[in-house]
Amino acid sequence: MTTHAIETPEGTVTYTDHKRWWWLLSLVNPLIPLVGVLGHWLTGSELWLLVPLGMMFIMGPAFDGLFGEDENNPPEILVPQLEQDTYYRVLTYLTVPVHYFTFLMVAIWVGTHSLSWWGFIALTIAIGFADGFAINTGHELGHKRTRMETWLAKIVLAVPAYGHFWIEHNRGHHRDVATPEDPASARMGESIYQFARREIPGAFRRAWMLEDERLCRKGLPAWSIHNEVLQSYLISIALQVGLIATFGWVMLPFLIIHNFFSWWVLTSANYIEHYGLLRARQADGKYERCQPHHSWNANHKYSNLLLFHLQRHSDHHANPTRRYQSLRHFPDLPSLPSGYYGMYIIAYLPALWFKMMDARLMRLPHINGDLSKVNINPDSLSAIRARYGHDV
Amino acid sequence: MVMTSNRHNQYQCPGCGYIYDESLGDDHEGYPPGFLFKDLPEDFVCPACAVRYKEDFQSPSGII
Repeated sequence: MTTHAIETPEGTVTYTDHKRWWWLLSLVNPLIPLVGVLGHWLTGSELWLLVPLGMMFIMGPAFDGLFGEDENNPPEILVPQLEQDTYYRVLTYLTVPVHYFTFLMVAIWVGTHSLSWWGFIALTIAIGFADGFAINTGHELGHKRTRMETWLAKIVLAVPAYGHFWIEHNRGHHRDVATPEDPASARMGESIYQFARREIPGAFRRAWMLEDERLCRKGLPAWSIHNEVLQSYLISIALQVGLIATFGWVMLPFLIIHNFFSWWVLTSANYIEHYGLLRARQADGKYERCQPHHSWNANHKYSNLLLFHLQRHSDHHANPTRRYQSLRHFPDLPSLPSGYYGMYIIAYLPALWFKMMDARLMRLPHINGDLSKVNINPDSLSAIRARYGHDV
Repeated sequence: MVMTSNRHNQYQCPGCGYIYDESLGDDHEGYPPGFLFKDLPEDFVCPACAVRYKEDFQSPSGII
């Protein structure tokens, strides 16, 4: 067990990260679809192809309920040591080839076996979700300022064909989060299906605009190899065209469904992470700086260990360059009743989502029933006012 | 932590510690060496964290 320590005038401060080895779960999480492939291979039963989705959406919420929440934080004085500990960052590096390995293994399996339609759909959706979490790996890497980590982000984002994500996320979403201007922050009263139609094209447009502005400042054309959106797309094209060339047209529906569900995972995460939350506008017309209460948080042990602490989202947005191992829990934050796996399912059922989340949103201490402090979907305004009262 | 250089100033993001050094500019963001902090666009946000705005940056003199 590794213990970090520092001498202070008040004595020695020590910290043992009990999650240290548990973070290996984030490294093996992308392998989940291969459980289905392996079972199918060993038993010949296609029922095994249903298992990966069950592991995500039945086992995930169940384990979150079983293992509960984790409120443990490292002492702030030891965070620099924790951030310098190479073990943690090596895990994120190694996750990149794991995503490639799983994606290619599943593609080969689909390309070389005559699966039933439902077996094909179940396995393709499962790899789509697993590679949606490649966006999470790209997210952790893309926030870092080292050249190697940003390149690894571009490489891993090529698997779900979502190379524009880290540009749009770092320079767009983080700047505009919890404001009506942000296509990646959901509004109260907006269903995930409405949100997706705003978020997916909005994210792409903002990424392209930001990259175009940056390249323009450098005197370079947007359509060039220097464009960091296109760099990742080129890898995606090579990968996906290569699969079609190798295995034929069966790869086309596979890749379309895979890509869609990968993007859908990000849409789902964005939907639940800031639902209804709003940064106040200051007298100078700018928004207040992002605070921890501008994100929904989930402290659930199991799903956080699978997702590089993504769910400690409040600290991430307040301090985006912090590495996953140092992200903190704060008391009295907007908190989700389950980890992301469980919340995704609730989000897919809008009536249930609104029933659970709208009341929870209105009860937040900084909102306290005041609709003027909520990011509201304009189309839902009259219905929300009728239900929750007028602006204060 | 605020540092100074001989000819150019450095400006630091109080949130994440990113330093805009006028003598270096920020090549990735398209600001060449010698590009003055005051000439950065008014809607400039920290290129590292995007949480803090231009006016939040701290200069050696404490005035921007």
